[in-house]
Amino acid sequence: MKQWRFEVFNRSGFSDVHGNSVLEEIKELGIGSVEAVQSAKVFLIDSDFDDNFAQRIGKELLSDPVCEEYYIGRSGPPAGLAKATLIEVHLKSGVTDPVAESVTAALADMGMKAGNVRTARKYVLLGGLNQSHTDTIAKKILANDVIETVIIGSEAEPPSPHLKPYELQIVHWPIRDLDDDGLTALSKEKDLFLNLVEMQAIQKYYRQLDREPTDVELESLAQTWSEHCVHKTLKSSVDMSINGKEIHFDNLLKDTIFKATKQLNKSWCISVFVDNAGVVEFDKDTAVCFKVETHNRPSALDPYGGAATGIGGVIRDPMGTGLGARPIANTDIFCFGPPDKKLEDIPKGVLHPRRIMKGVVAGVRDYGNRMGIPTVNGAIYFDDRYLGNPLVYCGNIGIMDKNKCFKNPQVGNIIIVVGGKTGRDGIHGATFSSGEITHEYEATFSHAVQIGNPITEKKMLDVLIQANEANLYEAITDCGAGGLSSAVGEMGQDIGVEVDLEKVPLKYGGLNYNEIWISEAQERMVIAVKPENAEAIQKIFDDENVESTVIGRFTGDKKLILRYDGQQVAEMDMDFLHDGVPKYSRKAVWNKPELTEPSIAEKDNYNDELLQILSSYNVASKEWVIRQYDHEVQGNSVVKPLTGVKNDGPSDAAVIRPKFDSDRGLAISCGMNPMYGDIDPYWMALAGIDEAIRNLICVGGRADRIALLDNFSWANCTKPETFGALVRASQACHDGSIAFEAPFISGKDSLNNEFSCEDGTQISIPSTLLISAISIVDDVNKCVTMDAKRATNLLFVVGETKNELGGSHYYKINGQLGANVPKADLQTAPKIAQKISTAIEEGLIISCHDCSEGGLAVALAEMAFAGGLGIEADLRGLPKSKDCTRVDSQLFSESNSRYIVEVEPENYDDFAKMMLNVPFGQIGKVTAEQTLTIKAEDGKKVIELDLDSLKKAWQKPLDW
Amino acid sequence: MKKVKAIVLRAAGINCDMETEDALELAGAEAERVHINRIIEDKKLLDQCQILVFPGGFSYGDDVAAGKILANQIVHHLHEPVQKFIDDGKLVLGICNGFQVLIKTGILPGNGQSGGQDTVTITDNDSNKFEDRWVYLAPQTEKCIFIEAGRQIYLPIAHAEGKIVTKDEAALESLKSEGHVAFKYVDENGEEGPYPINPNGSVDSIAGLTDTTGRILGLMPHPERHVRPTQHPHWTRLKDKTDGDGMTIFNNAVKYVQENL
Repeated sequence: MKQWRFEVFNRSGFSDVHGNSVLEEIKELGIGSVEAVQSAKVFLIDSDFDDNFAQRIGKELLSDPVCEEYYIGRSGPPAGLAKATLIEVHLKSGVTDPVAESVTAALADMGMKAGNVRTARKYVLLGGLNQSHTDTIAKKILANDVIETVIIGSEAEPPSPHLKPYELQIVHWPIRDLDDDGLTALSKEKDLFLNLVEMQAIQKYYRQLDREPTDVELESLAQTWSEHCVHKTLKSSVDMSINGKEIHFDNLLKDTIFKATKQLNKSWCISVFVDNAGVVEFDKDTAVCFKVETHNRPSALDPYGGAATGIGGVIRDPMGTGLGARPIANTDIFCFGPPDKKLEDIPKGVLHPRRIMKGVVAGVRDYGNRMGIPTVNGAIYFDDRYLGNPLVYCGNIGIMDKNKCFKNPQVGNIIIVVGGKTGRDGIHGATFSSGEITHEYEATFSHAVQIGNPITEKKMLDVLIQANEANLYEAITDCGAGGLSSAVGEMGQDIGVEVDLEKVPLKYGGLNYNEIWISEAQERMVIAVKPENAEAIQKIFDDENVESTVIGRFTGDKKLILRYDGQQVAEMDMDFLHDGVPKYSRKAVWNKPELTEPSIAEKDNYNDELLQILSSYNVASKEWVIRQYDHEVQGNSVVKPLTGVKNDGPSDAAVIRPKFDSDRGLAISCGMNPMYGDIDPYWMALAGIDEAIRNLICVGGRADRIALLDNFSWANCTKPETFGALVRASQACHDGSIAFEAPFISGKDSLNNEFSCEDGTQISIPSTLLISAISIVDDVNKCVTMDAKRATNLLFVVGETKNELGGSHYYKINGQLGANVPKADLQTAPKIAQKISTAIEEGLIISCHDCSEGGLAVALAEMAFAGGLGIEADLRGLPKSKDCTRVDSQLFSESNSRYIVEVEPENYDDFAKMMLNVPFGQIGKVTAEQTLTIKAEDGKKVIELDLDSLKKAWQKPLDW
Repeated sequence: MKKVKAIVLRAAGINCDMETEDALELAGAEAERVHINRIIEDKKLLDQCQILVFPGGFSYGDDVAAGKILANQIVHHLHEPVQKFIDDGKLVLGICNGFQVLIKTGILPGNGQSGGQDTVTITDNDSNKFEDRWVYLAPQTEKCIFIEAGRQIYLPIAHAEGKIVTKDEAALESLKSEGHVAFKYVDENGEEGPYPINPNGSVDSIAGLTDTTGRILGLMPHPERHVRPTQHPHWTRLKDKTDGDGMTIFNNAVKYVQENL
């Protein structure tokens, strides 16, 4: 078959935006010699069409008749004096190429059958370039080594990925006769990430069976028992020493977070901690489910692909909860190193934080937007310690019928895999994500990166919804970490399954049975179907070109049986697979660190400090990110992430209205502050809970219908001190949950977030607990936003300001940590939340904003510039503790449970009556001036700034 | 009153079909979301409706170029029934990705006239990124049945490829002189301006195009995302909470069908 090569360039006179943005990035790298960059799309098509048809394809399909032109064959460097360097970026073999798939389908629409189709990108760099600059540009800007190959100059195309077909060869990994060193060595050699105790348990099992395990059996165990899948650390028994006092937990999770949920026993909690997402009631017919996952390791290696499959993966969680939910919102929270970090300060094996951030945002954007799911809430935190381990939290909320919240697979059901095909991508993802990253990981674990194709997932979602409405399946789950191994293994846990692995549809030949079973290829779901429904359900899938294949059945013998071409390659007891993992006991220690409060001289004026805090990356506007996410698709948005008179103020939480025929809404928020954890992870966790809840309350969420999610990202928890911090945080989750009567409904952990640099130094991430929260809004028409609404309205602060600058941004800009971390008052906090919620419900509050990072001053500034209205504030009216005497702590303390509310003068009495018994005070009023002024208790102005400079300071840092 | 039936076309990657169906129903139409495979199988389906909507999304991942693969599919499988639909005097609306499809099939601007697909196209935003933001739109024609002449409306855009360009100056001139320009991006006071007033760098601030009959409209902004007061990006500041501006387009379409078809 002939290979045709098409190159598509921008026609002169039409700007080449991709080329221009590459040029910009080259300049950012400090390479000044490149004068221009021309980009082109390359299509390689194996087919026997003639020259005429080739011209048609070039003209009608591959190029735009107005702004592009095509070239058949390989174009040389453009004529002219400038030196040109040609660089082509091709996908590595086996990497999914969705564009190629679309082109193949389009050629078929044109009546032409094509063989192999591949695509690439070509760059022509004009200007003098030495070899090392060319390599730097290729590696740092144009291509990602993990998935792409770079060809410099006019060399030939990379060879076409024709792989040899696989011939069955059953592999055993002998274990029975190994000593302890041998067991450890086997685990390491095969990347199983199983420790000695686990290997011993497996050895014992196979000694009893009197045979050696096959490779796929050990791999199944490694996946099922991985930290990522089974959370053995959080479920271990713990002996904890807190400041010298000993306490014991039989099972950390059960004794803290689960315990609170169990004790609260809310009737509106439908399914918690058992399914792919936690499920709560939405209204009398409908439920919503929420799950947040991390995708940290893959995003460190391949920010774009890692983040894309992170969001793609978490979307499948609600889709695989109960009998399947329809996704209605995404959330995204990231932690990165500082984006202005100097290139030379980046450790080897690590991508620059700015590149990571751009890649991660683009990955979430492209996957989330293509799925048609609005990304409505998020946050970004920056800290040096995330350099080697960026954190990428992706969340998804789904909506479902209340009577379809549980699965019911039965003996005799057949197993159908739906959606994408299986390839070699993502092998060992689950085990990989359970270990520590080193500077060499990029080379070792490149295969652990999964490659996403959102359109495959969207097509699959479209047909699964129809199959669900037609009641054609009994159970559903997603192929996430561990691939088919986890999905089928979990679904058949209580029943037993048999699977014929050669039936699984593959992206290309050559995969062995083991790879098929553990591949984490994306966009696949597994369903259990009654044999009599098979035809009907497969018709639904066929009708929209979605692949579905029967691969096995539920047996009833409580065994996992795997076959390939009729030959058995695995036979294991489900009980051992799922309950055989040894129980751990761990040591944990937490000693209060020796910290002191700094002495910072008091000043007459804090304008500079306020501007500096507004400009700090954590506080600064994230508009550059937010606008790249489609936050309005599905038409359900009520409170958008950006709000105010110019649509650019920072909303506290998102509100969506998920049903077209109902005004009931869902408020969605998050809370997180790793800096407090450097002082005490207990108070950090409570602050996260309080913040997430404040955010919900601020927009009009109900205080009595709050559900929480926990996501722990921690360093190496075999270190008792690190684990001690996690135990402290878990205790706080329990206490906060009980106090607010807000049950946790789902959670996940990502441990071992450490990076080993080449020189042996270790970078551990700060203990990072993300709290995500949802609540019900009875009537979305009563929602409020944070922007100041009208001059002459009154401003109140509800909640007490204390001398709590520990871990604050004010201390941070002064290079200090401090000791007085904000300590949530669990007696008062829930009362305040309830009262504010009621006041909003009754229409007494028209704007509400919480005080978080940067404290009162930042919150007032945000309200003012979001509303385009001035604020005159007076610290005499601030409710404060006795020790909160200094102006800087009044302005910048980050005490919890504080809300700034705007009240119309005629509602003053009703509002004040409602706030009886909680600390509140009038702090000032909204004005028509374009200025924020704050007077100290002595009457002197300590802040006086015009709104423009405040807003600019806040918008500039991340306005990329 | 006459029943108005609308089909909202689905295809792989289309994702604004549900809210578009909802908007049509709010306007009083009976709307149905139909997969393109069903229409290819049974081309008579189009005979049963009077409004055909190409909704937003990322048809086939926007692979090659936005809307291109779906346009190719329509050209090669549905050319005749769609042409008949148009010739019967029925209404076609393309929103965002749907607009891109209408351009790339050549249905807009000229439906074979005005040089068709060889003179106008939609390409990458000048910003080279996807953006979701609200824009003011000023109508430029009185003969497009979807548009309330003289009424400026406020809608969100959400796209990465929304920049309208013409082959040359002459092509732009004929777009204007033949009355194809449906909407322009303007500021609150109705004035044209640079980014972000014109969010993608479209030539002459063009946001939407219509054909010479005024029965086909394609636009980048999303009318179906502003059909309720609480979808306005700062509705909490507004005293009067009326229907969203996007309803005008759907209401006008339904009214036209009731009165004329």
